[in-house]
Amino acid sequence: MKRLRFNQQEIVFAVFAVLFLAFSIFLRGFLTPENMLTLLQNVAVLGILGLAMALVVIGRGIDISLIAALAVPPGLVLQMVQNGHSLPASLLTAVLLTIAFGLVNGWLIAYAEVPSLFATLATGLLLAGLGQAALFQLDVVQWSDGMKGFERLGQGTIAGIPTSIVMFAIACVVVAFLLRQTRWGAYIYAIGDNPYAARVTGIPSRPIIVLQYVVAALIGCFAGLVMAASVNSMPTRVFNSTLIYDVILVVVLGGIGLSGGRGGVLNVIIGTLLIGTMLNGMTIMDISYAGQNLVKGVVLLLAVITDSFLNPRNEETAQQGDI
Amino acid sequence: MKYAVRTAKVIAATLGLAAIAAPALAQQGLDEPFQKPFKEALAGKTVAYVPVAMNFDLTEGWYAGMKKELEPLGVKFEIRDPNWNTNAGAQAVTSLISEKPAVMVIHNPDVQTYAKLLQRAENEGIYVIQINMGSAYRSSAFVGANWIEIGEKDTEAVVKACQGKSNKIAIVQGALSAAASAYTLKGVENVLAKHPEIKVVSSQAADWDAAKAKAITQTVLKQNPDLCGIVGFWDGMDIGTAAAVKEAGLTGKVFVATSGGGERKGACELVKSGAFDLNLSYDVPTQAAQMAGTIKWLLSSGAKAGSIKGSEYTTLIPITKENADSQTACWNLSDLKK
Repeated sequence: MKRLRFNQQEIVFAVFAVLFLAFSIFLRGFLTPENMLTLLQNVAVLGILGLAMALVVIGRGIDISLIAALAVPPGLVLQMVQNGHSLPASLLTAVLLTIAFGLVNGWLIAYAEVPSLFATLATGLLLAGLGQAALFQLDVVQWSDGMKGFERLGQGTIAGIPTSIVMFAIACVVVAFLLRQTRWGAYIYAIGDNPYAARVTGIPSRPIIVLQYVVAALIGCFAGLVMAASVNSMPTRVFNSTLIYDVILVVVLGGIGLSGGRGGVLNVIIGTLLIGTMLNGMTIMDISYAGQNLVKGVVLLLAVITDSFLNPRNEETAQQGDI
Repeated sequence: MKYAVRTAKVIAATLGLAAIAAPALAQQGLDEPFQKPFKEALAGKTVAYVPVAMNFDLTEGWYAGMKKELEPLGVKFEIRDPNWNTNAGAQAVTSLISEKPAVMVIHNPDVQTYAKLLQRAENEGIYVIQINMGSAYRSSAFVGANWIEIGEKDTEAVVKACQGKSNKIAIVQGALSAAASAYTLKGVENVLAKHPEIKVVSSQAADWDAAKAKAITQTVLKQNPDLCGIVGFWDGMDIGTAAAVKEAGLTGKVFVATSGGGERKGACELVKSGAFDLNLSYDVPTQAAQMAGTIKWLLSSGAKAGSIKGSEYTTLIPITKENADSQTACWNLSDLKK
């Protein structure tokens, strides 16, 4: 008798389908076109961050500093414009800062061989601290007149679809292209699957790892710009929030194994949809904050347990600091 | 009788003239007997300030305001920044108790954590001034907003705006653990108890986070496009609430009431743009001046720490379209820091 086996992606998709169906039937006002767009809009930034995290996780790393990249460079843009600099100059500075930050991350992990968990934990704190100590006057950096027009990145609609969803879609296409159509993408999968084998076969694994963190930081910065545009300010304190757990939740829930080498953009989309459906349903039901956290915690726990069953650690290539 | 009064007036006027003229005639100053002890009581004293975190308009404003008042008098003004970490804050307070500053200015993250510590500090002879968010322990002084009043006034405004409309309102709370949020909610409940016609369609905590507030408000507005008002708990977070209302094209139709420190960019500018319909400001510079005044009074009084206890609740400035343009309704952090 053939044993029935599902992979995590299918399980999550099934859970999503059941949840979605249940909400559609039992929750008045859930299954309307407007609510569907709101649902997507609310998780668009999370989805973009999920893409950045996916890139890194597929290459068998993790980027805890992603929220710092989300908060600090876009906050810098708002602050510089507030101080009278021009928007393009501010954007350029922010992008350069982001690239430098990604390079530091990548260098620490690829060349100094610090486990990614610890390296990014430290650099994230460093960047957030730098922002707080030297760059920003206040935690919440407000929109100023010089930013006029830029809010369209996160507000309003394009052809009836809220802009932030369009931005998520664009990011999806770009990352899918990088991962599936370029040699660089194939290398990431190879490194994630077995870093030693990848190196032996002649893949320039160190530069690829560096590039991976630079791209992740840039995507994080992009997500931050969308977020800032959508709420007309940059609450840089978001670094202290639990957002990073939500991002990991999206990635793991979507079925991208934390042991690397598996998954893709589709997984991020599925993970994002599930989170979006959960959050939206719970908000409509007016469930208390503590209740929502409880539900999220249980779901993450289940996802991580499922992940470790379906994607067991590879004893031959596992090393300290891997998660 | 009339004559007597007139005579008395003449005498009084003469005496008054004499009083003004006398020192001038003598060409000598008069020593004011109390200013020297006042100066001595303050010079060289240490005032320690423990906010929940620096880097936001309220705590930066208080810091700048107090510093400006106290440093010229030779007071050493120290700051301990726990950066939103309650444990770090409790540690800072504990170590301050052994360092024995003359005054501690404490901004509580919640009602309980510091309460016992603050009592200990006053027993050790340190004056404790609690600001804006108090604790369960009543210390020498409390200077700050009355959150219950803020909840009541915001809700009253929303209820009024809802008259003749759907009577559906939403509440965007702060963080559940914060006393300020819980007290404000109590104020909201007080008013709602008097208005059974009002239906609360959503009451959720957005964790002082603008993005979360926006997400919640968007969903609520899609479910209830006829919503007539929102009570928000802090303007820094309600930027997100307002952004959701604006995106739904409901600016002006949904009454957004919130509160905050009255910093120009966060308050007046946003009221002017129509994002907020009412922003109750607890005017940070005035609060800072009151804090500094209390410190001066306590230090110069010589009273034993904890032997007298009083409160100074802030008079709120309601910022609406009418006064958002005025010079005095809001303040600029950069000016305060000068």
